[in-house]
Amino acid sequence: MSGHSTYVPKSDAGKWLEERLPIISLMHSAAVSMPNPRNLNYWWVFGGIAMFMLIVQIVTGIILAMHYTPHADMAFNSVEHIMRDVNWGWLLRYTHANGASMFFVAVYIHILRGMYYGSYKAPREVLWLLGMLIYLLMMATGFMGYVLPWGQMSFWGATVITNFFEVVPFIGDDIRTLLWGGFAVDNPTLNRFFSLHYLLPFVILGVVVLHIWALHVPGSNNPLGIEPKTKQDTMSFHPYFTMKDLYAIVLFAIILFYFVFFNPNFMGHPDNYIPANSLVTPAHIVPEWYYLPFYAIVRAIPDKALGVAGMFGAILIMFVVPWLDTSKVRSAKFRPAYRIFFWIFVVNGLLLGYLGQVNTTDDFLGIHGVTNLIISRIGTIYYFGFFVVILPVLGLIEKTKPLPNSISEAVLGVEGAAEEAAELAAAEAKA
Amino acid sequence: MADASDLKEPGRRDFLYIATGAFGALGVGVAVWPLIDQMNPDASVKALASIEVDISSVGEGESLTVNWRGKPVFIRHRTAEEIQASVDTPLSELKDPQTDAERAEKPEWLIMVGVCTHLGCIPLGEAGEYNGWFCPCHNSAYDTAGRIRKGPAPTNMEIPEYEFLSDTKIKIG
Ligand code: HEM
Ligand code: FES
Repeated sequence: MSGHSTYVPKSDAGKWLEERLPIISLMHSAAVSMPNPRNLNYWWVFGGIAMFMLIVQIVTGIILAMHYTPHADMAFNSVEHIMRDVNWGWLLRYTHANGASMFFVAVYIHILRGMYYGSYKAPREVLWLLGMLIYLLMMATGFMGYVLPWGQMSFWGATVITNFFEVVPFIGDDIRTLLWGGFAVDNPTLNRFFSLHYLLPFVILGVVVLHIWALHVPGSNNPLGIEPKTKQDTMSFHPYFTMKDLYAIVLFAIILFYFVFFNPNFMGHPDNYIPANSLVTPAHIVPEWYYLPFYAIVRAIPDKALGVAGMFGAILIMFVVPWLDTSKVRSAKFRPAYRIFFWIFVVNGLLLGYLGQVNTTDDFLGIHGVTNLIISRIGTIYYFGFFVVILPVLGLIEKTKPLPNSISEAVLGVEGAAEEAAELAAAEAKA
Repeated sequence: MADASDLKEPGRRDFLYIATGAFGALGVGVAVWPLIDQMNPDASVKALASIEVDISSVGEGESLTVNWRGKPVFIRHRTAEEIQASVDTPLSELKDPQTDAERAEKPEWLIMVGVCTHLGCIPLGEAGEYNGWFCPCHNSAYDTAGRIRKGPAPTNMEIPEYEFLSDTKIKIG
């Protein structure tokens, strides 16, 4: 809904700027006058929360970089120096470390919201692709950030992940050496990861701008998955949605700061408080929790190259969801079968997350004879099956429920909507 | 002036376009290469490429781990049983077939990069089903010659370049 700005500059300075660079009307149309479907529920607040978390990460990160030393001999101690000596250093670091986790929480919910309500369907495919690109960049940023404290998990996580690239045919070895800048993960690796960890969040910020631009062309999807038809179906972004988003951000910040203040290492791993040692591998290497489902997929596939391909495939397949889903109906509200498969997909994702951090040869939840490996394989099959079988086939055979005529009718009932329309018309006639 | 679309034969202009384009692409490639190649190991990293190790203190059945190019190198003084177990293994049972002689220049000394060929963890010695090495990361088991026997690792552990300078001294790299 680009070009919806109702902004008229009042001051002379405002007019002067508007003629030369209409940046204020651009922001006004994006965050003030933009008409939003009136029926958005609370699952729609996670975009704003993710934006908030990106800013938190950038602000805390820039400050951490003022005290951090990107050198293999000093990185670990400089992080301890931040924790012990720098004024408020503990607060900044714990906010940054837990902030990364909460950023992923927000983005995962945001993505699943899109999958439940079919937000990726025409005309929002580019919006979805840009979102997936942000997610991919976040994964790279989070991974490289976790290497910076140069603890045992930093070092060995970096070793395992960079070794993934070795499976690339012919040039895998060269790519790995290029990433390392040596013959193993070492100081050159840490240096470049710091540089890129500083850069990528700003690249993300740029893609976020494109993401919001792509949102403003078709406008937001909504829980019914039908397009707004009349003015009656929408409300202006400000104050209705700005206030709702802010309220949600406050609630979300309470959860973030619960972790920061009361349980700061809950999502971290104790081994990362042991300085990196290239000659001793920790008994149990686990990535940060937000990569665990993908790590479970790598481990479920017995062949190295196929495992790595499976892991990257699991991420990349999400890019093409708009073309895999054949259903014309967007919202799962009207797709009784899809709704069930969707929730199984969510539970399966959590299950894979659990399986990503347990020993594959152990019994699954203590059930004798059923190893975690077997369950991981079933989970992996469902994960891919959901995308390549269920999404395309279900759209062709599912009997969907009838869609309402309009958003207002669904919200107020047929009579209520008619009444409201009459009132609006009367008010307009008066004015 | 002749209309370009009338020309059947490639003209002088087409040649100039292609030549300019090709030259430009080459120029961009030449400019980008240093930007990428700077990431490869630098001179100071390469300078540390070889080390000398005294192995006189390593008794039979003992091992020494040394740091070479940022990676551990296992130097194992193998027991007679370990050598025998390796020699007796038929090649058909191996995922990455190599004879024991190809693995160790002097049978009692196995010298190899102690990095799991799966995703780079360091395997534990005298462990696993084949009493060689066992990688706890994703359960790869290696035999007493460091050959992959079970688990996701695709190849045997790497044998670095080394030479015996004397009976008690080796040079790795
Ligand atoms: C997308 C946004 C970002 C994410 C997801 C992210 C993630 C992370 C993570 C997971 C860590 C490891 C925390 C720990 O366990 O100690 C980290 C550390 C670090 N990050 Fe970021 N980061 C982001 C943005 C930034 C920015 C913009 C900067 C600098 C300009 C920055 C600078 C640092 C520094 C200096 C450290 C090392 C200190 C430490 O470990 O606490 N980060 N980051
Ligand atoms: S790294 Fe050794 S088994 Fe995966």
